[in-house]
Amino acid sequence: MHIAKVLLVDDEAAFLDVMNRRLEMRELSVRTALSGQECLKALKEDPAIDVVILDVKMPGMDGIETLREVKKEFPLVEVVMLTGHATVETAIEGMKYGAFDYLMKPCNIEQLIEKVAEAKAKKAKHEEKITEAQLKEIMGRMA
Amino acid sequence: MAYQKETPQTAPGTIPAEEPHAGKGAGPLRVLRRNIMLAICLVSLAPLILINGILIYYYHVAYSEKVTAHLEELVIRQKQAIDEFLDKSVQVIGFIAEATPLDQLADDHSLSDILHKTQKSFANFIVDIGVIDQDGLQIAYAGPFHLLKAEYASAAWFKAARERQTYVSDVFSGIRGIPHFIVTALRKDKEQTRIVRATVDFALFNQLVSRLRVGRTGMAFIVNRQGELQTDRTVDSEIVTSVLNSIRTAKFDGQDHMDFEAPDPDGREFLYLAATLKNGDWILVFRQAKSDAFEHLYNARRLAVTILILGGLGIVTTGFLVTRRMVARVNLAEKDQEIMEKQIVESGKLAAIGELAAGIAHEINNPVAIMMEEAGWVEDLLHEKELDPVKDAPVVEDIRKALKGIAIQGRRCKEITQKLLSFARRTDSRVKKVQLNELIEEVTSLAIQKAQYANISIRLDLDQDLPEVCVSPTEMQQVMLNIINNAIDAKSKNEGIIVVTTHRDDQFVVIDVSDNGQGIPPANLERIFEPFYTTKPVGKGTGLGLSICYGLVKKMGGDITVESEVGVGTTFHVSVPLEIPCEDGPGNISRPRQ
Repeated sequence: MHIAKVLLVDDEAAFLDVMNRRLEMRELSVRTALSGQECLKALKEDPAIDVVILDVKMPGMDGIETLREVKKEFPLVEVVMLTGHATVETAIEGMKYGAFDYLMKPCNIEQLIEKVAEAKAKKAKHEEKITEAQLKEIMGRMA
Repeated sequence: MAYQKETPQTAPGTIPAEEPHAGKGAGPLRVLRRNIMLAICLVSLAPLILINGILIYYYHVAYSEKVTAHLEELVIRQKQAIDEFLDKSVQVIGFIAEATPLDQLADDHSLSDILHKTQKSFANFIVDIGVIDQDGLQIAYAGPFHLLKAEYASAAWFKAARERQTYVSDVFSGIRGIPHFIVTALRKDKEQTRIVRATVDFALFNQLVSRLRVGRTGMAFIVNRQGELQTDRTVDSEIVTSVLNSIRTAKFDGQDHMDFEAPDPDGREFLYLAATLKNGDWILVFRQAKSDAFEHLYNARRLAVTILILGGLGIVTTGFLVTRRMVARVNLAEKDQEIMEKQIVESGKLAAIGELAAGIAHEINNPVAIMMEEAGWVEDLLHEKELDPVKDAPVVEDIRKALKGIAIQGRRCKEITQKLLSFARRTDSRVKKVQLNELIEEVTSLAIQKAQYANISIRLDLDQDLPEVCVSPTEMQQVMLNIINNAIDAKSKNEGIIVVTTHRDDQFVVIDVSDNGQGIPPANLERIFEPFYTTKPVGKGTGLGLSICYGLVKKMGGDITVESEVGVGTTFHVSVPLEIPCEDGPGNISRPRQ
């Protein structure tokens, strides 16, 4: 049983590779994407993704842009931002747009797992509420 | 470099470096000084000299003419007087010769009677009268001298007198041995010729001439055409001979007077006026030293020249002073500009370094992150694999140690990149009213533990009336913590003590942080605010702390300077301006300062 299914988004293949290995070892199901576009595509293809770990600084479509697209199209998916020191402000901005949290790069792997778990829990709870509401609605109709 | 200049210790070191430049700048400055000087002198002196020259010239001409005309008039009047006198003498003697019966002319008594009558009535200038026959023998005589039977046949005047109806002789000493001149008149009868001779009162005649005195040196005398003096020897005969040629050869051009100038043997210039007397036989000469005749003119000229010289000196001096001050000011402005340019270059350099640093930090951050993750991965693997504790243990232990090393160095990299980034970007630059005393107390309480380990005590000496300033508290904390940390790191041989004082200095609040550590050598002091400059061992410092502080304090509009003496200690002065107003706008997280 996986803790969660995550989508790692970073423009550095080497980073994706090592993180993939490390996260999978810690019972996370990992998918990777090298850019914002790829990230959106992956989300479309794989609705099982719970959490997106998103690098803020990417060429082309940057972290914030990607975040906004993700939140627009997949509002239930949680996003944890990864940032270098210089982009803390961007990370804070990202949180205003609905990111779950941010971590500084290079990050402690345990912290990252923790954050992912929290995000997944939040998402799960949220989904539960949605299910409940739907149930209520159906029940109401039946009544 | 800008901040070098602000550190008093390094100032002497930077001055020699400037001198070659100043030397280069002196060339154009010298030209400028010369041009200004020339312009001032030319514009002010030229008209002055011109006006003075013109005025002096015209005044000279006008005044000379006036003086000469005046003297001319005097001389002419005198000449007329003398001519009249001579005419009168001639008339008197002529009358006596004509009107007196011959027998009376031969009789001493009647002659004496005539002399008395003549002297008493109208011609007191007649000294004696004699009657001479055609052979030159004086047959009758009346007068103070005993000249009866005197023989005049060989006398020059006798020959001349025999030829003319009336005659006036030149001055001669004659038988009596006293200079005099005589007037004669001819009396011709059928068979005999008589010459009546009268001696003119020489003193009286002299008076007539010597009456003409002007100023100190103006005087007159009479010479004949041979240049023999006809009046009293009051004039040096040498002078007479010196002007004699001019006078003798002088052509009167049909006029009876003329003027000329001639120098004395001693070099003094004299003004001469000459007028003919006695139908051109004699010449009345008036001479006056030019310095005397034109005394007023010369005085005026001397005064004008003196004023001109003094004025000129004044102008030149003023020109010099003004020029010097102007050039000094230009020089100063140029130096200021130079300093400013240097500061601009310096701040530009710092900004460029900051940007570069930020870029590098950013680029390095990612690879470092990957490296650390890779190390983590290796660690993960070591965890995962079930290893033979006996066989593999030492190797695994070594690998673990190496991984730990990688992790530590990775964190160091991270620290460096983060500091680099904060060198270029501020974390929180919201400005608030801050009581610096409180802020310092806070910061020192943070630093006190580290200080205690280093056996250093921190003493605060804070001005209780310190006004509040508007700064970003986080930035100020950063600055103070950095400086205090540096002070703690400046190990002292003895018990270390750090003193933090605050006081108000005019429009600034000044914080001084002094330690009694080892001090900073002057060479290092110059570079202390440069980024990446550190004296700490590798791995202990990034060399960014003080350059960040410098940037922060400069941004606040303040200044940070350092004084240090090796072996005695170091003092940092941080001044923060009071006048900067607090903007109570919505707090904004800092932006990249671009």
